[in-house]
Order: sequence, then C-alpha cells, then structure tokens
Amino acid sequence: MKSLDRKLLRDLWSLKTQVVSIALVIACGIGGFIGSLSTYSSLVWSRAHYYDTARFAHVFATAKRAPGSLTEKIRALPGVAEVETRVVRDAQLSIPGVVPPMIARLIGLDFARPPGMNRLTLKSGRWPAPGARHEVVVNQRFLEARALEVGAQLNVLLNGKLERLTLVGTVLTPEYIYATRGGGMPDDEWFAVLWTDARALAAAFNMEGAFNSVLLRLQRGTSTEATVEALDALLEPYGGFGAVGRTDQVSDKILTQEISQQKVFGTVLPAIFLAVAAFILNVVLHRQVNAQRGEIAALKALGYEDRAIAWHYLKFASAIVLLGVAIGVWLGHWMGNAMTGLYTDFFHFPEFHYRLELRLVLAGAGAALAAAFGGALAAIRGVVRLRAAEALRAPAPAAFRPLLLERLGYAGALTPAQRMIMRNLERKPLRAAITVAGIAGSVAILIAGTFWKDAIDWFMDVQFNQVQRAQVNVGFAESLPREALWALERLPGVKQAEVARAIPVRLRAGHRSYRTALNGLADGAELQRILDADLRQAQPAPGGVLLTTRLAERLGVAPGDTLIAELLEGKRVKAPLRVTGTVRELAGMNAWMRLDDLNRLAREGPVVSSAGLLVDRASEGALLERLKQMPAAAVVIVNRTLVDTFRETSAKNVLFFTAILSVFAATIAVGVVYNSARIQLAERAWELASLRVLGFTRGEVSVLLLGELALEIALAIPLGFAAGYGLAALLLALMPHEMIEFPLVISPRTYLYAGAVAAAAGVVSALIVRNRIDNLDMVGVLKTRE
Amino acid sequence: MSGPVFQARALTKTYRMGEAEVHALRGVDLEIRAGEFIVLLGPSGSGKSTLLNILGGLDTPTTGDVRFLEHQLTGADEAELTRYRREHVGFVFQFYNLIPSLTARENVALVTDIAVDPMSPAQALTWVGLGERLDHFPSQLSGGEQQRVAIARAIAKRPQVLLCDEPTGALDYETGKLVLEVIAKINAELGTTSMVITHNAAISGMADRVLRLGNGRIVGEEKPARKLTPAEISW
Repeated sequence: MKSLDRKLLRDLWSLKTQVVSIALVIACGIGGFIGSLSTYSSLVWSRAHYYDTARFAHVFATAKRAPGSLTEKIRALPGVAEVETRVVRDAQLSIPGVVPPMIARLIGLDFARPPGMNRLTLKSGRWPAPGARHEVVVNQRFLEARALEVGAQLNVLLNGKLERLTLVGTVLTPEYIYATRGGGMPDDEWFAVLWTDARALAAAFNMEGAFNSVLLRLQRGTSTEATVEALDALLEPYGGFGAVGRTDQVSDKILTQEISQQKVFGTVLPAIFLAVAAFILNVVLHRQVNAQRGEIAALKALGYEDRAIAWHYLKFASAIVLLGVAIGVWLGHWMGNAMTGLYTDFFHFPEFHYRLELRLVLAGAGAALAAAFGGALAAIRGVVRLRAAEALRAPAPAAFRPLLLERLGYAGALTPAQRMIMRNLERKPLRAAITVAGIAGSVAILIAGTFWKDAIDWFMDVQFNQVQRAQVNVGFAESLPREALWALERLPGVKQAEVARAIPVRLRAGHRSYRTALNGLADGAELQRILDADLRQAQPAPGGVLLTTRLAERLGVAPGDTLIAELLEGKRVKAPLRVTGTVRELAGMNAWMRLDDLNRLAREGPVVSSAGLLVDRASEGALLERLKQMPAAAVVIVNRTLVDTFRETSAKNVLFFTAILSVFAATIAVGVVYNSARIQLAERAWELASLRVLGFTRGEVSVLLLGELALEIALAIPLGFAAGYGLAALLLALMPHEMIEFPLVISPRTYLYAGAVAAAAGVVSALIVRNRIDNLDMVGVLKTRE
Repeated sequence: MSGPVFQARALTKTYRMGEAEVHALRGVDLEIRAGEFIVLLGPSGSGKSTLLNILGGLDTPTTGDVRFLEHQLTGADEAELTRYRREHVGFVFQFYNLIPSLTARENVALVTDIAVDPMSPAQALTWVGLGERLDHFPSQLSGGEQQRVAIARAIAKRPQVLLCDEPTGALDYETGKLVLEVIAKINAELGTTSMVITHNAAISGMADRVLRLGNGRIVGEEKPARKLTPAEISW
C-alpha cells in the first residue's frame, strides 16, 4: 500500500463518526431511491406477470341483456382473439349481526371448465361443485375484511327472493385487485364478489341464453379504442353501458395510481438526501483540507503532483460515498422487499416476487458519487491552488469585525458570549447557510412525507361532511317518479331526503371519449353539493353540463364547447350538450346537470334514480332494516362505514411511511448538526480550551459552541416549514391524480412534529459533541499555536 | 514577605505517551511565599510546564500533595479546580490564546464577567499600556500587543498568582522586554505572586528566586543578590 493511501485510511479512521454520519445520509438517499424504485418495478412486474398468468381481459363491457348469439359477432370483430360472456348482477347481501347493508356482485361461472380469461386463483377451501346452486367462492379480501371463515352462510336477495349461500372457498382475481362498487376507495368490508354456478345465476335473473358482461382479449397490436367503438355498436341495441379498455378498468386504474406513487417518492425525496450529503461532504472536506494545510505543503514540497493530491482527497470522498452506497443498497433492498411484501399482501397478488435490478444500484451509486464529487471538488480546488510555501505558513489570524448589529449601534444588549456566537455566524455565512439548509431539508422531508394524513383527513371531511352530506345513500333498482321522495321522508329517523338522478353516459369530443355518468341535481340541493378545491360552491347552469376540470381536460373541452352525450340507458338518446362550466372538484370525473335538464335530455318525465338521506343517528338501525326489505332500494350505502374502512387502511400505510421517513429525516438532521458541531469544535477547540483554562466551566464553554448550533436550528425550522410546504406541493403536482386530487393541507401538528424531530436530532448531536467539549485538552492548548 | 502561598510535597507526575511511560515529575518539594517572583528554568522535558500546570489547577499530580493557601488542590474535582482557576489564578501563555472574535476589551471582559471584584477591562488594559486600543480585534494587534491583552486579561480579576508559560517565547527582543516590564510591574505594584517559565536564562535576573528543573526534579535554587529591572537585562 502506498503511504498516501495509508494516510487516507488513517484519516478516515480518525474521523470515523463523521464518516459514518455522512455515509448514513447518503444511505438514506440511496435506500429511498432503491427501495421505492425496486418496489415500483417489482410491482409493475408482478402485475404484468399476474395479468399474464390469469389471462386478464383487455376490454370490458356490460349491457342490459344481450342474446348468446351475439357472441359470434363479437368474436368476428377485427383483432379480437377471445371472447368470454357471462352474467354479472349486484344484489343485496346480509350477514347475521351486520346491520348496514352490503352489496354482493354475483358472477356466473362454469366451474367444470376453466374460463379463458380473468382466471381465479383458489386461495382457500374448494371450488363449488359443478351445478351446485347454493355454493359460492368469494374474493379473499372480503373474507378477511369481514373475518369470515370458509363454510360461512351468506344471505343474498336474488331477484326479490332471499337465498342462503354457502361460502366454500376464497379466490383471487385480477379483476378485483381493488374491489369497489365504483368509487375511488377500496370497499372490501361492504362489497363482496361472489362466483356462483353460471346456470343457477342465469336462471335466477331470467338470463338463460343471454349475457350482460363481455370480456375480450385482443391480438397483439390491436387498437383498444377501435375495438371499444365496434363493441359498443354491437351492444347498443341490447342496452350496452359502454365498453372500456384495461386502463379505464376501475381496479387497474387504482392499482396503477398506487404503483406510480412509488416512482414519485423514489425520485423526489432521495434527490434531497443526496443534495444534503453533497453539502455536508463539501464542508467536511473543506475543513479537512484546511486542517491539513501543513501536510499538503509537505507533500507538495516532497514533489507530489497536484493531481495526486487532489485524487487523494477525491478518494477520501469516494470512500465515504461507497460506504453510504453499500449501506444504502442493503437498506433499499430491505425496504423494497418489505414494501413489496406489504403491497403484495395488500393487493393480494398470488405470488410474491421482489427483484432488485443492477441498473438501479448503478444509477443510485452514480448519482451519489456525482453529488459527492460536486461537493468535494470546490474543496479540492482549494488544495490544488495552495502554493507549497504559502501552505507551510500558519493561516493568517481570523479577521473579525463588529457585527452588523453593532455597526448599526445596537450592541449594548449582547454579552461577550453572544457576540462570539453572532460574529462566528457572520464570519462564515456560507457554512452557517449550509447547516441551516441541511436541517431545513430534513424538516421539509418530514413534512412532505407525513402531511398525507392531514390531506386525507381534510379530503374525507370535505367529501363526507360538505360534498356528500347525506349519511345514507339509496340507489333505486329502476327509475322512480319524483314522488318517491315523499315515501322516503316518512321512513323512520329520516330528517331530510333529497333525490337525484344519474345516467351512464359516454361523452365524446372529437376523437376523445370518456365513459362516466350524467348526474342530475335538484335545484337547491343541500345534501349533495358541488365544491371546488377552495370549497366554493358551484351550480350547473341551465341547459348545459358542468364538468370536473380533470374530465374537461381529458376530453379537451372548455366552457362554451359542445360535447356529444350518448346516454347508455333508457331511450339511449344521442344529443349535443353544451359545456357551461368546469369545476376543480377534489374527487371523481363528474358531469353535473340540473335534474330537469337531464330528464329533458333523456326524453323522460320527472324521474329519479337515487336519494340521499339525513338521518337521526339513534334510528339508523331501524331505517336500515326497513330499507333492506324494500325491493326498490337496490343499493344502500352508509357513508360512515366507507370513511371508517378508508381510515383504517390509510392509517396503516401512513404510519409505516411516517416511521421510515422520521428515521431518515432524523438521520439527515443528526448528520448535518453533528458534522457542523464537530467542525466547529475542531476549529475552535483551541479557543474553547483557552477559556476553560481561564476558569470557564464546561457548561459555559458548551454554550458558546452549542449556542451557535441552537441558533442555526432555530433559524432552520421555520425555513424547513416553508420548504416542506413547497415540497409537499411539488409531490402533489407530480402524483398521478386522475381519480382524486389531494389538497395541500398541512396541520399545525405535522409542523410541530417535524420541528420536534429536528430539535431532538440537534439535542442528540449536542450531547455527543458535549462529551468532547468536556474532554478538551487544556494542557495541550497552551503549548500549540492555533 | 509573609507565609507560603503554595506548598508542594513529593509531587510526581507520570503519564503515558503511547507505549512509553513518561516521568514528568519525580518528587518535587516546593514552597512559594506571597508576593514572590519566581523564574523556572530548565531544558525541554525537565518538568517545568507540568509543575506550572499542577500549581495552576490544570493538571493533578500522580502522587504527592499540593496546597494553595487553605485549598487542597490534590484530589480536587474538575468543578473545584475550575473555580480555583476562576477565582485565584491568572494565566499568560506563549501564544496569547486570545479569542479572535472578541475585541481587546471584550477579551478582558470575558474574565471580568465571571470574577468577583475585578478591575474594569479598560482599567486593566490601560494598566498594560493599551488604553488606546480597547476596541481592536486580535487580528488588528501586533504580537506584543496581543500578549499584553492576555496579561490584562490575566490580572483584571486581581488574582493572587500570575502564572506565565514562556510569555516572551513568540516575541522579538524589544517587545519581549516590554512584556516583561508589565509582569514585573504587576509583581511590584500589585504584589501578585508570579511564576515565569522560560528558556531564557537572562530573565532570571528579575527574580526573587530562580528554580532550576532537570529530569523532573528541582536541581538548583538561587537567590540573586540584587533584583534587576527588565531594562537592566539583555539577551
């Protein structure tokens, strides 16, 4: 080993705590990067693999009732490889002991013959015996959410007749990775997917020889849009509700959104870690170079080239980075594995498959090295510039001048100790700025990582207390005359009722189209309101449609433009529809009209399809029991139950994320504060030891050094709050938000938590450094020059 | 002259330097009376700094016993030694050890802030002849001026003892003499017991008593017949 390398090892060893603390900051960056992106690629791979093996369909369509003979026509469409038709019906479901009503989606299946697509994976129990009318398998998530066992009995209202079904097994399906009745939220507790014997189901609903659900697999290279168009045309006479491609299939859409978030987290947050690490490395190397002026001069005098010396210090930086990368890769692998596991559980992918690609490791290491070299180069340039003779002389005594404050004439109030602190800060503003920026960065990361809970809470509050103010929503089996309202108002416990209408629709603008529903709101509706992100109320203008901004963007229309509305129900009217406005709603892709306008568009009388109820909480149970017995009330949703389910799932994920980010942010804060304190201590040990000799106590000396850090932390925390706000806004802007746009809401509690973590990291660093202050070498300082 | 300020008995000091054991003091007995001006002479490694550090409360002996007036310094803990330095001892170092971020006045105030009944910083600085340079930073002062600020800082608290380790070591001849004059003046006018470590044998002419150290022991003691003023000595 060359002696210069031996020096390198010894330098590293003598600075081991600092080396480790910087390496840990780098490790957090690399860990976050590799963890998130490997999770992302593992999930993308797992989804693709699952979709492949389960032969997930490419196109999905539903109709009212299509004859079996249509199947061959569909098969003949260009590009269609396979067709699968089935009967799918929603029905009321009840389990003894559960008062709020549930919905079962019944899907007919021939258990004797494996389906060509959307294949099920049996998770527990067994398949129903072919032809067994009362045996079903259920989606695994429902079983878990309801804590049921195989063998449980379920009561389902099949076409007005209560049937008792036995649960003989649980299954996984790519079609309901997210099971939801249509909203953006998983709904596992209140929504069951049941597969039952195809013939029995068809018989129960008078669908023998007919179907109402079609699945297609396409040949490679076939245009989904063209197939959707053609399929819609075939299904139109049979009450087609509009076909969608895989990317608009609800479960896939939510899944894709979840997975994409990993990518955003995996790039934005690690970038900050690496930037902070680069800053710290810069400061530490500067200090190293200054402390080793004499050694550098000696090396130069001995004939070492500038390049060799510069390389020596670059190797010093590289060693720290590589240590950080090694820990980071390990950490990232661990995190990726854990997160992929969590998600695999959460999504119920049948196989767990975690993969860490080499290119991720290389990209991470490359980014870390680049960041570190960027930080190191400025310091190294100083080494190269130093002339040997100049370096051999002791550096000129530090020049100080009165503080700005003093120059302005406000000096009286400061003690000498405060003056020392302030003048040191003023003398090295860049270093102080870097320390402040580093701590502020950790505060910002914490805020950006943990504000989600606030955003979700606020979102839920707005959605369920201000937008959908009804506690119970009832969907009718068929359209009812408006007078149904009177019957609902007389139900037990109903304080207020309000009716509305929704018609499935395909909206077209030029070559773009989107399948959604036209929602008709009664004038002066109070229980269902349209609010924009700033909670301003909007109303559909007479004679037109009010679109959620996201939907208008997707369709490429603006107020004043005209759409083609193809109603997918009733008389299946096709008519132009003027866009009268857009509204930036937080959730959904909605199209709002006045109820009367909608009915006129549909060429129908004053009918309604749903109602919202404001209920006296004490009578809720009785009301729900009554609703269960009303055949017209096909779907009953208790909003509170949705909120509870959502809170539980999101709480778990948020908690995991908050914990990891807190550790990461604390690592940054400790890394910055500790290194800053160590450098200060190294530079001022002589001065502080002199003060100890003069009779200053350990505490008094500590105040001089730590006071400066305390001041920097105090400055950094409010800056971090501002940066956290900005970072949160950036993350929100980068997040996919087709279904939901989370608001930028950060609660005081989140700020407080982030500030407290930074302060705690400061205290921990201070305690470590305090130990060194206590052991200052008083005797040595008398014999050496600064 | 009155009773002893320092009484030391059989002081030894041993410390480890890596593998080696260094015997810095090998049994020193010493008595110093109030108001005495002592010069400690000896080659490098003779133990004079170790002795001064023990007397100044910066270090403790390995064995033996040392008292300052009624204070037992042996066995005192860190807090007691800090208080002892704070209340009774003034230090002057070879490299001044001023705080670069504080002006001359503030460097002195650093000590007067924590002392009982100190002089004012301006008074102390005027005493050492720096009454005109109160608000200069160390980087704006010459070496001799910096050393005089250090002396002002040492005496501002009116210490009973002034301990100087090579106070002229980093100074040129003229400046060195100026600094010695200040130390002599303190001893003469304030009656502060003073101890000066030096390599420079010429300085011993100023002393009441000269102690020669060698190999960790006191190997010689002289009392000059006549105490010289700094103006009378040269090297």
